[in-house]
Amino acid sequence: MLIRKAPDLRFSEITPKSLYLRRREFLQTAAGAAIGAAAAVASPFAAQEQKQGTGHGAKLANVKKSPLSTTGEKITSFDDITSYNNFYEYGPYKEDPKENAWRLKPHPWSITVEGYAAKKGVFGIDEFIKPYALEERVYRMRCVEAWSMVIPWVGIPLKDIIATFQPTSQAKYVEFLTALNPAQMPGQSTRMLPWPYVEGLRMDEAMNPLAILAVGLYEETLPNQDGAPIRLVVPWKYGFKGVKSIAKIRFVDYQPKNTWQVMTPNEYGFFANVNPAVDHPRWSQASERRIGEFFRRKTLPFNGYADQVASLYSGMDPKKLY
Amino acid sequence: MKPIVLLKRVIFAAALIPAAALVYYAVQFFYYGEQDALTANPIEFITHFTGDWAIRFLIITLAVTPIRRITGWNPVIQLRRMLGLFSFFYATLHFLTWFVLDWFFDFRQMAEDVAMRPFITLGMATFLMLLALAVTSTQKSIRRLGRRWTQLHRLIYVAAGTALIHFWLARKTVVPQFQVLLVAAVLLLGFRAWWALRTRTHAGSSGRALRAAR
Repeated sequence: MLIRKAPDLRFSEITPKSLYLRRREFLQTAAGAAIGAAAAVASPFAAQEQKQGTGHGAKLANVKKSPLSTTGEKITSFDDITSYNNFYEYGPYKEDPKENAWRLKPHPWSITVEGYAAKKGVFGIDEFIKPYALEERVYRMRCVEAWSMVIPWVGIPLKDIIATFQPTSQAKYVEFLTALNPAQMPGQSTRMLPWPYVEGLRMDEAMNPLAILAVGLYEETLPNQDGAPIRLVVPWKYGFKGVKSIAKIRFVDYQPKNTWQVMTPNEYGFFANVNPAVDHPRWSQASERRIGEFFRRKTLPFNGYADQVASLYSGMDPKKLY
Repeated sequence: MKPIVLLKRVIFAAALIPAAALVYYAVQFFYYGEQDALTANPIEFITHFTGDWAIRFLIITLAVTPIRRITGWNPVIQLRRMLGLFSFFYATLHFLTWFVLDWFFDFRQMAEDVAMRPFITLGMATFLMLLALAVTSTQKSIRRLGRRWTQLHRLIYVAAGTALIHFWLARKTVVPQFQVLLVAAVLLLGFRAWWALRTRTHAGSSGRALRAAR
């Protein structure tokens, strides 16, 4: 007997078993490949049934085009936008959200509005979005991991929503929280990130015309893996600012502690503006790979939206804006 | 056929499955337009896939000696070189993915990457170590280098460490697979330390016993 004492740390304790076991799927796949004919059956992507909530959503009516849309760019395919997601609530890998997000029930859904505002309360999602006309906004989306997409969002200007709730002068920031529901968002049963996911904007950023709360893409309701039923889109910032499946909006007088900043404060800050001149401590932000393209392309300051948003940050140290 | 020869052939064939799977995915992706086969970001997928297998085979290689010591089945050592070379094989594919697909021979950017980004520096260092071990893995090298061969091939411990740090730094967060590999590496290297200590203590006490008997 060589090893008498069991190790203090067992595999089962450090890795959620379901996640660990699911990693074996590639072996099934690989075995399938090896035996040729059987491959089509064994592979995870062959004839995969589209789980409800993760495929095409309901068609949205009366969506008007917005002059604020980005033009002259090839729009990323629906399949790419809905199969390649960072949404840790459903797991740490890009393919996890599409696979697991069917568990989420985005309807009925309630949104709590609280903090320094004249109007507060709990609102059903339909009631919440009903007063506004839906707009299509085509925006570039630049992930902090140096890839990007062009996404035809459908949403509502955030400034219009904020106006409805009449924040008081004490409201300096808006804080957004993702729903907390480990039964429907299995990643929340792990301690990968502190839950629920938190993001925030300074009030003037939130009031910028480019900021929207999106409820759809490709003129359909949002698939769950893209943040159904409602999510933030701020195209001049790295993608992680775009908090998904929002359940709470707070008008606050402090700078919200956004999740990635809490996780790794030396790598992620509050502002997270896209800036090719300020590298991530571990990788370059100078270029990006547009999904669907082979060659890298140069990353633009403020993700190409400098004309609309650079004035928000005049006089601030650009190094502090990551 | 001796069991070890059969085992070696089976493992050889099994070790090629990931490479075959990658080819299969690529055919699905490019020929049949099956977009999920290589994901929306094929270059990232191939980078992770080949890197994952390089590091898995590195850890598997480290398991051979402990298995030999625990089971006492010495022929198992004949698998070690082959497994190590498979780690090098996947590491080479991983390196080429970065070199050709990711940067497409953009030497200036690659040089900057290696110089500026610790995780790339470590990845490159790991690859060069594995390269040195692979080219000196022949019988001829073993004969020619003698004792120095053993010393040189202890580099695999360093390579395991740098490979794990490289993996850890490359991701935005700690992925479950990293934890599994880390624990495996700690156990396998820990076993060696424990074994070395044990044999040394045994040698020491038997030496004392010998002196006392005198």
